[in-house]
Amino acid sequence: MSNKFGFDISPSRTIDFDKFDNQILQYVLQHESSFMTCMSCGGCTATCSAGNLIDFNIRKMSLGLRRGKPESLAAEIDKCMLCGKCILVCPRGINIRNVVMLIKKALVKFNPKNDERNN
Amino acid sequence: MNEIISQYFTWPFTIGAIYLGIIVIIRFVRWVIGLSKIDKIRILKNVFTIKTWDSIKEAVSEGLLHRKIFKTNSLLGYMHMSLAFGWFLLIIIGHIETIYHEGTMAFPFYKSIFFRYFVHESTGNFIANLFSETMDLLLLFVLSGVFLAYYKRINSRIYGIKRTTKLKSGDKIALSALWLIFPLRLLAESFSAGIHNNGGFLTQLLGNLLYSSFSLEPAVDYMWLAYSMSLGFFFIALPNSRYMHIPTEILLIFLRKYGVNLKKRFNTYSQIQVFSCSRCGICLDSCQLMNAEIKNTQSVYVLKSIRNKSLTDETLFNCLLCGRCQNDCPVGIELNDLRITQRIESTFEYNSSYEYLEHTKAEKADVVYFAGCMTHLTPAIKKSMQYIFNYAGINYWFMDEDKAPCCGRPLMQMGQYDAAQKLIENNRQRIIESGAHTLVASCPICYKVFKEDYSLPHIKIMHHSEYLLDLVYKTKIPYFKPANRIIYHDPCELGRGSNIYEQPRELLGFYTQLIPIQAEKDRSYCCGGSLANIKIQMHEREKIMNSAINEYLKYEPDFLVTSCPLCKKTFAKNRELIVKDIAEIVCESLQNQYTELQKQNEVLLTQS
Amino acid sequence: MKHIVTIGGGIAGIEASDVLAEMGYKVTLVEKEKSLGGNVSKWSYLFPNMRPIGEIEDYMKSKYDSNRFTVIKNTEVNQIKRKKDKLEVSAGDELKLIADSVIVATGFEVFDAKRKEEYGYKIYDNVITSVDLENMLKNGKNITTPTGKIPKKIAFIHCVGSRDEKSGNHYCSKLCCVTSVKQAIEMNEILPDAEIYCLYIDLRMYGLEFEELYLKAQKQHNIQFIRGKLSEAAENMDKTILIKAEDTLSGYPIKMNVDLVVLLVGMESGKNTQQIGKCANLSFNSNRFLQPVDPHLARNNSSQAGIFLAGTCSSPMSVKETLDNARSAAVEVHKYLMNSDH
Repeated sequence: MSNKFGFDISPSRTIDFDKFDNQILQYVLQHESSFMTCMSCGGCTATCSAGNLIDFNIRKMSLGLRRGKPESLAAEIDKCMLCGKCILVCPRGINIRNVVMLIKKALVKFNPKNDERNN
Repeated sequence: MNEIISQYFTWPFTIGAIYLGIIVIIRFVRWVIGLSKIDKIRILKNVFTIKTWDSIKEAVSEGLLHRKIFKTNSLLGYMHMSLAFGWFLLIIIGHIETIYHEGTMAFPFYKSIFFRYFVHESTGNFIANLFSETMDLLLLFVLSGVFLAYYKRINSRIYGIKRTTKLKSGDKIALSALWLIFPLRLLAESFSAGIHNNGGFLTQLLGNLLYSSFSLEPAVDYMWLAYSMSLGFFFIALPNSRYMHIPTEILLIFLRKYGVNLKKRFNTYSQIQVFSCSRCGICLDSCQLMNAEIKNTQSVYVLKSIRNKSLTDETLFNCLLCGRCQNDCPVGIELNDLRITQRIESTFEYNSSYEYLEHTKAEKADVVYFAGCMTHLTPAIKKSMQYIFNYAGINYWFMDEDKAPCCGRPLMQMGQYDAAQKLIENNRQRIIESGAHTLVASCPICYKVFKEDYSLPHIKIMHHSEYLLDLVYKTKIPYFKPANRIIYHDPCELGRGSNIYEQPRELLGFYTQLIPIQAEKDRSYCCGGSLANIKIQMHEREKIMNSAINEYLKYEPDFLVTSCPLCKKTFAKNRELIVKDIAEIVCESLQNQYTELQKQNEVLLTQS
Repeated sequence: MKHIVTIGGGIAGIEASDVLAEMGYKVTLVEKEKSLGGNVSKWSYLFPNMRPIGEIEDYMKSKYDSNRFTVIKNTEVNQIKRKKDKLEVSAGDELKLIADSVIVATGFEVFDAKRKEEYGYKIYDNVITSVDLENMLKNGKNITTPTGKIPKKIAFIHCVGSRDEKSGNHYCSKLCCVTSVKQAIEMNEILPDAEIYCLYIDLRMYGLEFEELYLKAQKQHNIQFIRGKLSEAAENMDKTILIKAEDTLSGYPIKMNVDLVVLLVGMESGKNTQQIGKCANLSFNSNRFLQPVDPHLARNNSSQAGIFLAGTCSSPMSVKETLDNARSAAVEVHKYLMNSDH
């Protein structure tokens, strides 16, 4: 079926809003509702102290999470140094450092490897 | 029935007292055993020194007299003192009275507690009279404290406290028993006095009054039993109630004097601190989060949650770590560090490794200038500093002008100590490599971590307010007659955090007219922008900022001066008061003088 | 004859006063400055058709030169009191006016760009505001940077003090986008060799012909539009400005050295509006502008009967919208006075 027209839409390239892995997102939103108010201005990424040293785009990472595409979230979030500059430029007043800490926590909490300990 | 009572009525007290003694000893032994080896060695080294004597003095002044509570709030201080010191004197003088009467020290301990039950002879002798009157006076003293405690529960406002702490069930039993002890003692002794005429001014008066309308004989034993039971209940409930703070605080005083200190991880010394909290509620009043209607994350609640093992991240991380409560805590509990310890426990599973950090080359210079992440958002500060460095002809290297890792302090405030070490190491190596003799930081957050956690031997670490003062003293930069009336806002990390109060004031004294205000130095406000709080919302921060600004506006200053980019940025949201950094004040003064000189030169040139 | 007092002598105050005077009312206009005109004199050419501001000023001058209404200058109103069915407007002890109706036309103030310290206004020489640039454009075609250089690279920064929780202004000031496009085109016309960039968050070309202006900027004037908010600016040794943003469409951080940075400052409710609103007990909205009783059906009616709002004291508006709004305020006043006759 999917090959009917001679090209294939790779499933990983599509944001499938019907199958949304939103466990981490829900956890973050539950504890920091301001996360949803991002308008993707990119101020955070531009000012980012870590982004100044290495390829790290916190806006894109957050957007990915909100779009159900949390790939390489763990590796990305580890780059943040929590310096707080992003909070001072965010025009929507998003508590970005809390979002970072929540994602870090959620990654441990929802990691299947840690199930035993959590139960 | 009465016979059984008269034979056994002391038992509830005795059993309670023995139980309490055993539990307290077991806990103390466990806590001390649980201390680190170094701390144990510290105790052994110091126990037979003057420090023990100092501890005893402090135990009396704080554990009994509650001198520090008195200082912050005299009514609250009186309440605590009358209960603790009054009760203590009742026990001691009661015991001496018993020794005097018995002529020996060999008598059961309960005898002095229930002295007037056992000794009926009406007094005639002056000394015996003096004893009974003294004991009544002390009882009155304690009762006045009990009365105030009742009233505090009903109306905490008379103490100037906005809120009093909430109770759990163990506390309720202990509290009810405690409140009953002294009224029951008064009644029991009055009954006996009514019957036997052995009371002092208070108990005799009450006894006679009662005896004139009731026959007290059938009830007197029950009354003493009730008194004994209230004591017994209190002692049994005590270890599981907040009153455990009474013995624990004494232990804390000794251990602190012996040099035991908090570690990065939660240990038994942390536990001792947690159990030392009397829940007096003074920290609630110190806390500026109250201005933003955040009312359940204060230190007293955190300590309580640690005891009940019910601490959540929402409570733990909703704190500015401004240190105001720690400053005011009458027990001297290290509230900031205790909270950070809990944050370490809460986040140790996800410390970042920052493997991407690369070593970049350092520049050789005499002075390293580290502006800090935040200062890049307050360019007036860094530009002023660059101007002053150039003016004074300093050979400096602007280390983070283009790129550098964060100092690590914001991570530490989150409890991420391991992660912070990675950033610290990277920065540290470059600082050392520069060969500089001085490191100047513009941000107090950086300054504190440089000072405390960077091992930088032979390098003088200075905040720019200290450094600029130094430049004035070394006559590298001139100063001019004061012109503007200003208020200085102490940044938390520089003031309470690093004890730098005088240098910025001295510096401002050269360039401005500094208005002394009530909330300054260790009493200063937090701007509300603190990085230590990740749970607070922006509009809540704004409320805290505005209440500080409103306070400052009362003094009608020309502007507000601070020495922290984060404070400056936070205050920039207000529309009423212009905010400047201390470096800008100095820089503007130098620039004005420069243009003045130019004008004078022009005048001279035209004249010639 | 019914008497109307207009507070504020900008284009809204003049237009409303003139319309009412023509209807036959007695009108007194009170202006705090020594001359009339208000903020409009800050602009050079108006979007979208690049009309010289002089034409608007001449039109306004013809109105107040006609002497159809009385003008009192150099006078700041500080009290509006209700006296039975009249309103007493006073400016200290010097002036007391009894009015049947009052029009508040206190206008706006431009956002003070110093409040966004990270953008470096008044710290770095070559950072200016859109208002500064209008002034330069007005004064001729010789555009140089404040440090005296002919700019080769210019960056326009949108949303300065607008849509920004940090500035305390959550609203969109709506006119800055089109102003930026207009100024970018003007700069390209004067300096055809200069590279011109507009850094925006969202381009809001809300008006008729605004989108065409945007298209023209891309097609004929080679203006580059980058979607990303400026996070901070830094000054280089040669006084050029290093700006940092993220190109959010490509997802890459950008760094750019430019000779001139132009900050598009938004409209704020000014001190006068705050003061008049407070003394007359008028309602404000959460963005500190004066709140009409009904945003659709009674846009000129303030929360107090007999007091009407004209122009930018109630929201950001273009010149065109301000004049429309002023005329509609005049009609509302007229309706109110007709009804109060009975």
